[in-house]
Amino acid sequence: MSMAPDKHILLARGLNKTYSQRSGRFGFGTNKVKALDDVSIALRAGSTLAVVGESGSGKSTLARCLLQLQPLDSGEVMFQGNNLASLSGHALRQERRHLQMIFQDPFASLNPRMKVRDIVGEGLLIHEIGNPREQLEKVSRILERVGLSAGDLNKYPHEFSGGQRQRIGIARALVLEPKVVVCDEPVSALDVSIQAQILLLLKSLQQEMALSYIFISHDLRVVRHIADDIAVMHKGRIVEQGKVAEVYAAPNQDYTRNLLNSIPGRKSLAA
Amino acid sequence: MTELLRIENLTIAPVSAPEQLLVKHVSFALESGKTTCIVGESGSGKSLTALAVMGLLSDQLQRQSGSIIFQGKDIAGWNNQQLRKIRGKQIGMIFQEPMTSLNPVLTVGYQIGESLTEHLGLKGAVLKAKVASLLQQVGIPPERANSYPDELSGGQRQRVMIAMSIACEPAMLIADEPTTALDVTVQAQILKLLDELKSRMQMGMLFITHDFGVVADIADNVVVMFRGEVVESGPVNQVLSHPQHPYTKALLDCVPDAEGLKPLKPIDYAWLKTGVAA
Ligand SMILES: Nc1ncnc2c1ncn2[C@@H]1O[C@H](COP(=O)(O)OP(=O)(O)O)[C@@H](O)[C@H]1O
Ligand SMILES: Nc1ncnc2c1ncn2[C@@H]1O[C@H](COP(=O)(O)OP(=O)(O)O)[C@@H](O)[C@H]1O
Ligand SMILES: [Mg+2]
Ligand SMILES: [Mg+2]
Repeated sequence: MSMAPDKHILLARGLNKTYSQRSGRFGFGTNKVKALDDVSIALRAGSTLAVVGESGSGKSTLARCLLQLQPLDSGEVMFQGNNLASLSGHALRQERRHLQMIFQDPFASLNPRMKVRDIVGEGLLIHEIGNPREQLEKVSRILERVGLSAGDLNKYPHEFSGGQRQRIGIARALVLEPKVVVCDEPVSALDVSIQAQILLLLKSLQQEMALSYIFISHDLRVVRHIADDIAVMHKGRIVEQGKVAEVYAAPNQDYTRNLLNSIPGRKSLAA
Repeated sequence: MTELLRIENLTIAPVSAPEQLLVKHVSFALESGKTTCIVGESGSGKSLTALAVMGLLSDQLQRQSGSIIFQGKDIAGWNNQQLRKIRGKQIGMIFQEPMTSLNPVLTVGYQIGESLTEHLGLKGAVLKAKVASLLQQVGIPPERANSYPDELSGGQRQRVMIAMSIACEPAMLIADEPTTALDVTVQAQILKLLDELKSRMQMGMLFITHDFGVVADIADNVVVMFRGEVVESGPVNQVLSHPQHPYTKALLDCVPDAEGLKPLKPIDYAWLKTGVAA
């Protein structure tokens, strides 16, 4: 894979992260889990990089570490010429505005006691963007863009369906007009029709707002439809990466081949 | 080809709201040695249909109408005591989350053995040998009989559930989204295992899923449910390749293909309403 830095909006090199877990039946021992083992990825500007792998392979850890929501043991994350891993406080907050996250579980990731206008507007407050009237305008505009309406401003998360809650999550991430959005299994909890709606929405927002996505998923059918590039994770390591079409047509690694062969309905449902 | 199960005109509603039908006039059949998949979006009534077959509907729900003909007998009106004799023995069951159906303080070997003792009276060395052979059949080393559920992976726990459900060699297996919580590679293994067991034991399998990919891999016949109703049913090739009902077509259009060739098209529920009425 070519690594021309000018084309890459986000570059991560040599990321390492180890967790200590309690082990044994009574939790007396400790166990070290290498969640990220020398991980490097490159996100091309305006494109979607899928990170796939089985549960526990380290995908969510990678997402959190890229956004510095969690400290790395070592490695660097280059964004707009800065190593995020070396920033803190105000400098980090300023960069973070451009790096947002969408989560899998639209139920757990929205504060049930906050109104939609406050959930979506929170980032604008934190980053002190605009006055209250401008903030409300921005919130209303993005809500409409993701398929909700101004009438939803004063509602609470429980008043929405799963798909609508995911739209709120998307609005919250995009109201700050970020450059990079890390989507951690954003459609995994949704019915297939809602999944299709959200995937199409993410695609059109990408065009409109010139977004670059890191799209984490365990569903290789979804990845084929949304991503340009793919990185396959296994036990904390990236075992294969490349263009989606090329990796699907001719995987280099047995691990990837096995994943592809396990896609349900692969043979019988071909278009 | 022998008919194992036939559901006729099954209707289920809450006791407190009898006009709010959750399952409406559902009818379909299952043959021995074959798999019938019920497929549909969440809330379409798949699980309630399966629970009704096993007589396990909650007290808040009632079966307003319908017969459940299992091996020629209508078991719909049977009481709990009668049903307990066939549950586990003639009808095996597996659910989505094996951890909630397994007892965390008992070894998996003990739990597999329980129904063998209850239904077939097996004990001692005979029981131990049978448990070992069941574990082997589902691809778990027999010495894991002494393990506790939390010492196994998700896939292994689901294999233990399968061993429990087939222990008494039931004529029918009801599997409600048994692979939904598993990784794809493990899902593929479990589907293969279930398919082999079904053929070898000539079981009829009622398999519930929301995933048309899984349907394509495992079904002989398909029942498509939408808002409590069966909108279409038939042999798997016919339903997947030549769907007749607009809802089936629309649902298939949402499923991304592994080749990325097909444009994704969300269901237009408003159109569907007029389409169905037309
Ligand atoms: N906060 C944590 N503390 C300890 N171990 C963790 C923590 N978060 C994740 N892990 C472990 O790190 C590994 C990778 O987890 P995760 O990044 O969540 O994987 P994925 O998102 O691919 O399922 C797993 O073994 C998991 O158990
Ligand atoms: N005890 C209950 N009381 C009222 N409604 C119920 C009850 N159990 C299930 N339902 C409703 O019945 C519908 C069908 O449920 P279910 O069969 O579980 O759907 P599926 O398995 O297809 O996702 C859902 O809308 C669900 O909310
Ligand atoms: Mg994760
Ligand atoms: Mg269900």
